[in-house]
Amino acid sequence: MYDFAYHRPSSVADAVKLLAADPDAKVMSGGMTLIPTLKQRLARPSAIIDLSGIQDLVGISVSASAVTIKAMTTHAAVASSAEVRKAIPALAEMAAHIGDAQVRNRGTLGGSIANHDPAADYPAAVLALGATVHTNTRRIAADDFFTGMFSTALAADEIVTAVEFPIPEKAAYVKFPNPASRYAMVGVFVAKGPAGVRVAITGAGANGVFRHHAMEEALARNWSPDALEGVGTDQEGLNGDIHASKEYRAHLVGVMAKRAVAKAG
Amino acid sequence: MGFEGIGASVRRREDLRFVSGRGTYTDDINRPGQLYAVILRSPHAHARIRGIDTAAAKAAPGVAAVFTGDEMAADGVGGLPCGWQVKNKDGTPMAEPPHPVLAVGKVRHVGDPVAVVIAETRSRARDAAELISVDYEVLPAVPTLEAAQKPGAPLVHDGVAGNICYDWHLGDKDAVDAAFAKAHKVARLELVNNRLIPNAMEPRAAVGEFDPMSGEYTLYTTSQNPHVIRLLMGAFVLHIPEHKLRVVAPDVGGGFGSKIYHYAEEAIVTWAAGKLKRPVKWTADRAESFMSDAHGRDHVTVAEMALDRDGRFLALRVRTQANMGAYLSTFAPCVPTYLYATLLAGVYTTPAIYAEVKAVFTNSVPVDAYRGAGRPEATFLLERLVDICALEMGMDRVEIRRRNFIPASAFPYQTPVALQYDSGDYTATLDACLKAADWAGFEARRAEAKRRGKLRGIGISTYIEACGIAPSAVVGSLGARAGLYEVANIRVNPTGSITVFTGTHSHGQGHETTFAQLIADQFGVPMSQVEIVHGDTARIPFGMGTYGSRSIAVGGSAMVKAAEKIIAKGKRIAAHLLEASADDIEFKDGKFQVAGTDRAKTLAEVSLAAYVPHNYPIEELEPGLEETAFYDPKNFTYPGGCHICEVEIDPDTGVVEVVNFTAVDDVGRVINPMIVEGQIQGGVAQGIGQALLETCVYDADGQLLSGSMMDYTMPRADDLPNITVGTAITLCTHNPLGVKGCGEVGAIGSPPAVIGAVVDALKDYGVRHLDMPATPHRLWQIINANRPRMAAE
Repeated sequence: MYDFAYHRPSSVADAVKLLAADPDAKVMSGGMTLIPTLKQRLARPSAIIDLSGIQDLVGISVSASAVTIKAMTTHAAVASSAEVRKAIPALAEMAAHIGDAQVRNRGTLGGSIANHDPAADYPAAVLALGATVHTNTRRIAADDFFTGMFSTALAADEIVTAVEFPIPEKAAYVKFPNPASRYAMVGVFVAKGPAGVRVAITGAGANGVFRHHAMEEALARNWSPDALEGVGTDQEGLNGDIHASKEYRAHLVGVMAKRAVAKAG
Repeated sequence: MGFEGIGASVRRREDLRFVSGRGTYTDDINRPGQLYAVILRSPHAHARIRGIDTAAAKAAPGVAAVFTGDEMAADGVGGLPCGWQVKNKDGTPMAEPPHPVLAVGKVRHVGDPVAVVIAETRSRARDAAELISVDYEVLPAVPTLEAAQKPGAPLVHDGVAGNICYDWHLGDKDAVDAAFAKAHKVARLELVNNRLIPNAMEPRAAVGEFDPMSGEYTLYTTSQNPHVIRLLMGAFVLHIPEHKLRVVAPDVGGGFGSKIYHYAEEAIVTWAAGKLKRPVKWTADRAESFMSDAHGRDHVTVAEMALDRDGRFLALRVRTQANMGAYLSTFAPCVPTYLYATLLAGVYTTPAIYAEVKAVFTNSVPVDAYRGAGRPEATFLLERLVDICALEMGMDRVEIRRRNFIPASAFPYQTPVALQYDSGDYTATLDACLKAADWAGFEARRAEAKRRGKLRGIGISTYIEACGIAPSAVVGSLGARAGLYEVANIRVNPTGSITVFTGTHSHGQGHETTFAQLIADQFGVPMSQVEIVHGDTARIPFGMGTYGSRSIAVGGSAMVKAAEKIIAKGKRIAAHLLEASADDIEFKDGKFQVAGTDRAKTLAEVSLAAYVPHNYPIEELEPGLEETAFYDPKNFTYPGGCHICEVEIDPDTGVVEVVNFTAVDDVGRVINPMIVEGQIQGGVAQGIGQALLETCVYDADGQLLSGSMMDYTMPRADDLPNITVGTAITLCTHNPLGVKGCGEVGAIGSPPAVIGAVVDALKDYGVRHLDMPATPHRLWQIINANRPRMAAE
């Protein structure tokens, strides 16, 4: 990796100050994407602002209507939280299957959604559950947060502080892992809750996570796997690569969606 | 001490250091004053180098030197040699273009080394490498067999017409043509054997060192055969006499063939250490491994079998194109020829065989031997073709095999493709495997799977391989530029412990255990009294290393020969001490005993007398108790057996699960059953990897798309079933232990069984054959394309 300055602030305010002062600085949460990128010399930030010293960014709280997870909470913490398992079991289970044990012990919710890797799992949960992203300056609805592959609505000096997930009536996530990387080649998160029926697809879209409106309409009429029979997925805008063509990905979206609805019950 | 001789599943003594992180691998070696080398590699598959500007890199902080190919060539550094010459059909030698250590004039594959930067730290070297400016004139690339053979295709090497390295053949064409003319049926198959990237757990590394006082060079390297590297690098590349060059291959974390070859980086660090008078280390990162370790396989083949009315094989005709990559790696030419076409008889009595092999240069990483090397390609072709024969004849897959087996009574058996098999019983391994896999109960399991919505299939492979490479005169006559004997030196120390110096090399096989068991067995002493030394040309006699499942068959035989010499001498010493005739001395259970009496001397007592020769037949015998034996094998050994695989396919996604895998192999006498089982399981894992997961992908421009673990699917534990391993042995008849070898059988026998199972699962979808890897994507495409037809039927 190239040389960079390293900062480990102890408050969000300090982190934002550092970030605002240096447009070439990069925020690091778990570092599960950033560190490999640095090691391969694919990025050359002037400074790393490591959020791991900010105690206030870790923790889970559950109310009658929502689960709020602070940005630096690890996947392992979400997966093993009894409260999350009770309130939104699909979210805990999804977190339990991100990457491998090492990744789950380092990787964080905030890092995952701020990076918006098109094959990441968390964006599907955030979008399907109609979550609200909290930042140091505002609250952003999930529908407005993800703006494209590796891009979000975050301003240059804005940091995710927490995500508030409304508790759904039913929800489930099923993914088809890429055989080599085990990232989601197609991941489908379905939810039925206060925000209605929502279906979010990760892994498949060239622009990152997206909602599948045709499936949502079908499931709103009839919440069952059969309701998805014949509901197609437009191949335009899907990824095609050496592991899966657009056509195969479109097909897998349908299969994974049916399995997710069946799993949600 | 429990039983720990031949046949005991003794735990591997080397594993304590391996699993506790205390091994000493090449990258663990750091020499005083060491510098670090980083190789600048070509980003293009094919380009002319118009110029290289290294001035900025040379001036960068911490940089000791920057060298290019022109500079090394000007210093007299030679190209990397090829160790095997194959001849064309007309008797002319193959095309053997130069293989410079750093590119000269042109780059020929992505990853081709262009320059080396040597600096105080690896980071500094990397920084400086980015400052090198190479002026490339990008040329059209021919990364695949198809592209390289199109009329008018760009030439990888100027002067190698049509990119053809050689056009070779083996067998009796006229006899084959005559048999086809009278055939009842002909089964035909076109197939691809997919290119693989080996990916040993430990990436390659090398540390070069030079002592200006003695003029001696030392190279620490990740090698399977340090003496071969010393010979090739010293004699052909750097012109260092052997007594001034030491090569050490310390703990090595897997090789699978990819660490046999002499690589450019070994020569670069050794040469640079001499120039700079400081040690130089290079360690590959994983991305470099993908683009610089020799790849494996990569064949395209058309095969035809002529059959009579009863399903007996009359003749086999094979036409293969083999991808050599951009340059000839050390042993590349022999892989698709003498390690491939010679195996095309398989376990069958096919009386006439004719094979043509065209080796082709392409703009891709060089291809060489990879676990099995030629034999997996032959086995996949033959076993898939036999399944097609069964289909064509309407015969059962097992029955057609049985009907064509070489009977157990026919050994030694001369095949029409040069080899003479010494022993085997193919019906025995087949029957044992059918029983262990419950072949007879399969249809019930298929029906049960169908009720769960899964497509279940079963596949079988009955294979043979040739290993224990090889009689030196035979391989010499076939173009090898080396002998393939092995050496052992046994030193009985004065107080009776034993140090064995072997020319083989262990890089995961467990030699330190297996050989210690063998020696303990020979001398009747506990294993704790035996030490196995390998991997250092300064300590061991000249040996050829480990590949081709040769270590026990050739290296173990050398140990037996050396042990026989020790025992013969010990008898004479004991006879003197016991005042008896040497003819009356028996050696048993670690004691030299006067036959029929209780008068005896232990090995330790005899050894002490040999080293402290106060009371010793000094007029007749030299002091000391140390013997060396070189063993040149009389033949290859021929392990064989039967593999049966069962898969289930999810028709909605195309995902294949290997639900059962059973192997019954004849590997000759087994020294350590646990280690043999592990070797076979590991080989099967790699075979399943080739069949279902792994493949190297280049795009049309020669960019390596499967260039990392993100895109190259290595098998993982959850991709694999429990692998049931059994043995049904016949002894090798021509080596003293009756051993055959077990390192490669798993990777050779398994792929056709896996693909056979997938094809069987999809038999209602009109599938006759599938190329590897059978990925979910491809299987779904097949299922999806055939669905309407099935519905219509």
